[in-house]
Amino acid sequence: MFCSATVKDLIPMIALFMGVLAACPAYAVEPALDKQVEADRGIAQQVTQIDKMIAEVWDAYQIKPSKPATDSEWARRVYLDVIGRIPTAEEASAFASDNSNTKKQKLIETLLYDDDYTEEFARNWTTVWTNLLIGRTGGNDNRSMINREGMQKFLRDSFARNKPYDQFAHQLISATGTTAPGDEDFNGATNFLIDKVNQDDASLATSETTKIFLGLQVQCTQCHNHPFNDWKQQKYWEMNAFFRQARAVGQGMQSGMGNVATLTDRDFAGESRSSSDEAEVYYELRNGLVAVAYPVFVDGTEIDRSGYVKQTNRRAELADLTVQSPYFAKSIVNRMWAHFLGYGFTSPYDDLGPHNVPTHPALLDYLGQEFQSNEHNLRQLISWIVLSNPYGLSSRQNKSNASDDPLLGEPPKFSHFYLRQMQAEQLYESLLAASEGAQRTGTYADQERIKNQWLQQFNTAFGTDEGGEATSFNGTIPQVLMMFNGDMIKAATSTAEGGLINAIVQSPMSTTQKIEMLYWKGLGRKPKTAELNLAKTLVKTNGGNFAEGLRDMWWVILNTNEFIFIH
Amino acid sequence: MNHKTPRGMDRRHFMSHLAGASALTGTALALGQTLRANAKEMQKNQKAAILLWMGGGPSSIDLWDLKPGANTGGPFRPISTNGDMQICEHLPMMAQNMDKMSIVRSMSTREADHTRGRYYMHTGYVPNPNVKHPSYGSVIAHQLGTQRPELEIPAFVSVGGASEGPGFLGMAYSPFSVNSSGRVRNLDLDLPPERIASRMQALKLMENDFIDQRRGIAANEHAKVLGKTLSLMSSSQMEAFRVEKEPTEVKERYGENNFGRGCLMARRLVEAGVPFIEVNLGGWDNHQNIFNTLKDNKLPQLDRGMSALMEDLAQRGMLDTTAVMWMGEFGRTPNINGNTGRDHWARSWSVLAGGAGMKPGVAIGETNEDGTRVEGQSYSSEDLMATVCKSLGIDLETTFTSTSGRPMKIANSGKLIEGLI
Repeated sequence: MFCSATVKDLIPMIALFMGVLAACPAYAVEPALDKQVEADRGIAQQVTQIDKMIAEVWDAYQIKPSKPATDSEWARRVYLDVIGRIPTAEEASAFASDNSNTKKQKLIETLLYDDDYTEEFARNWTTVWTNLLIGRTGGNDNRSMINREGMQKFLRDSFARNKPYDQFAHQLISATGTTAPGDEDFNGATNFLIDKVNQDDASLATSETTKIFLGLQVQCTQCHNHPFNDWKQQKYWEMNAFFRQARAVGQGMQSGMGNVATLTDRDFAGESRSSSDEAEVYYELRNGLVAVAYPVFVDGTEIDRSGYVKQTNRRAELADLTVQSPYFAKSIVNRMWAHFLGYGFTSPYDDLGPHNVPTHPALLDYLGQEFQSNEHNLRQLISWIVLSNPYGLSSRQNKSNASDDPLLGEPPKFSHFYLRQMQAEQLYESLLAASEGAQRTGTYADQERIKNQWLQQFNTAFGTDEGGEATSFNGTIPQVLMMFNGDMIKAATSTAEGGLINAIVQSPMSTTQKIEMLYWKGLGRKPKTAELNLAKTLVKTNGGNFAEGLRDMWWVILNTNEFIFIH
Repeated sequence: MNHKTPRGMDRRHFMSHLAGASALTGTALALGQTLRANAKEMQKNQKAAILLWMGGGPSSIDLWDLKPGANTGGPFRPISTNGDMQICEHLPMMAQNMDKMSIVRSMSTREADHTRGRYYMHTGYVPNPNVKHPSYGSVIAHQLGTQRPELEIPAFVSVGGASEGPGFLGMAYSPFSVNSSGRVRNLDLDLPPERIASRMQALKLMENDFIDQRRGIAANEHAKVLGKTLSLMSSSQMEAFRVEKEPTEVKERYGENNFGRGCLMARRLVEAGVPFIEVNLGGWDNHQNIFNTLKDNKLPQLDRGMSALMEDLAQRGMLDTTAVMWMGEFGRTPNINGNTGRDHWARSWSVLAGGAGMKPGVAIGETNEDGTRVEGQSYSSEDLMATVCKSLGIDLETTFTSTSGRPMKIANSGKLIEGLI
């Protein structure tokens, strides 16, 4: 799994690293940025607006925000959240030694727009959206029609090209074609709905599309008007009617392509099969009576009732209506905010229904409008959030804001950064980055397949019609066992030739620098004096075997809470 | 290098190396040795619960509360049992063990969506975005597991599925999920004990340093889980997971499938002192072709595994102290749909409970003639939870304080199911 870097490969890297350290005697000193200076440098007005509206809530609750995070904490966050891994030692120390007051803007520009990072940026967001659209287990079961690689190909292409989010969503909702790369009708976007349209009158297509792209949870209203949800049963079936032309046809496993299936739209004659001109669906009310529904969007917009695809392509109509809805922009803003800050403006962040009042309604509306009027540009949205004041705060709580913790059941006020665990995929990529630089083996598809295999040890699918699943990479014992003893950790901490420890041992660095190197690699920071002494003691207890001592230290670093948490 | 693995050596020897890391391992380390001598004796009276979780929502109208002759009844016939009730003809072995369990035929709940139903049936609470409630296993691990310092393996084990989480009780009460082979990954840290000990000491120092920086409770939870993991890695109690060591005829009696293995593992874990085990049997979300699926697939597995478990528990004198539950997130519609399936139905359905002093062999409550509603008194998830907790000797006045400081009564103030206790 680990491509081994030779000492020769590592020496220029180490030399660079040492140079950076030498040029930066005071890298722990992190000057606070002056607000006015920031404004003069042309901070986006959206950032200023976020800061202002978040601070209003602090004032209202008389909360004092935490201090800004240190530069190394901030950089580690940004790398993990934007490109899905921790910074390498070189990236971390280069950022720390940059004394310019636009260094944060420069870093985010680099991660978003520099060609060197396009692949990793796209990989990260492909992972996030694969898990969202088809789950961590989608396509792994033989009975599934999903082609996971096909889904990822579509996503990778979309994120690498920074496809506007409205186009992206439109393509996923209205996709037709074949799921598998290599087929001449290949359209990877079909994988989102391929497993969701045939079963149970397309109930999963209805609930997932509405939840993911509008932030509206209608699934409970399938059977009855739900007591905790203002959406009525009628609305569910009207939304459901948009999916009734869709049909998935599986062709099974084909050699070299994996699962192959085709998503098409066919004329729908209505459930009574009496007339395709007015193609209806029926549903049962709780009192046993039967009611009828035609395609009507959540805001009440009706479309032509025809079931003929040529006359009315219902999914294409739905895609049009969806991307124009104010819920569309708000739901992605809320999702992205939650991605970066740990919590959205509503809980759960994909439920924006009228029963679920946001914590910062004006800010949510504002960001939704700005996102919409800036061409649905996801990278721009990312830079607004990442450069905002709340994202830059320390996760250390102060006396006045310790109660601001959603884990305590409090609505988030974002007065400090909320500690959260890395996802399994982030850990995987981080271990690769920390242990072997950017080197990998095989094609992109091979790499993803290896990663997917490794990830499966944590995933369980419930096998129900809702497609539910769970991960044991959630801070429990199996995760800790993997971090203590798993193959990946054994490889990462190996002292064998070609591995990280060996390269460091062989390098001309001093003992202190060698230990510091491990801290920069794992934690993106310099060790404190006590930590340096601890490491030196650890080396001594190994009878002076330096390589084994470093190996122990590296294992300890990888197992700390500081490593596994985004903080 | 040929190191002795921690598992291969005397635990006392191993643990003595770890004394310095005691903040990570907590009471298991401090008290383990002195109490272990008495462990065998204590386990005899130890209470435990086993939840047989039927993921997807099992069709209780076809299993435990048949409606022959009604248009909702389906094709299955009822048969007599050695208890005071009839059950499905495709559960012949369970029919010979119904003197050990009772059926509650008057369950009536409101959650007919898998995610919500799972949560509700596991916690006694409906989902709430601001509070995460602890599930059965976590509640019982918290109440009973913490009183068993000799227990070195997790107090809440879920076999073949993920169960539900610990909520505000914290990660230390999480389910430990294993597959039914009982093979636990990554158990061996291939190093000499003094080496492990020095790593643990360094790790402890760094953990504590980060915790002291006041970044929220998650950092502390991580340290607790480290301690539990360390305790488990070196424990001889891990043998309980090794179902493959059972004689072939025993394995065959439980059934050569995941559920059978899970039931067998549950018995072994109860014997090792684990207070809560969930065994998962999925595949009950039968929106189509339900009767063939049940007859040919689900019911034979269930019948074999569950009946073997009940027999063994009774024979070994463990049934008096071990509560057994059978349920899923809801039942299925009495109405049979156009695909010969049944859909989600929470309004009138059945669960099973028995052991630990609950009255066996009876059917409690009833549904109307086509099974569409409960006649008379109905029961909920919190009622079942209260009844099971009571049978385990857990005080129903026990009140947790959620992380928000809100007091929460155990089992959500459910009422006892009359006739069961």
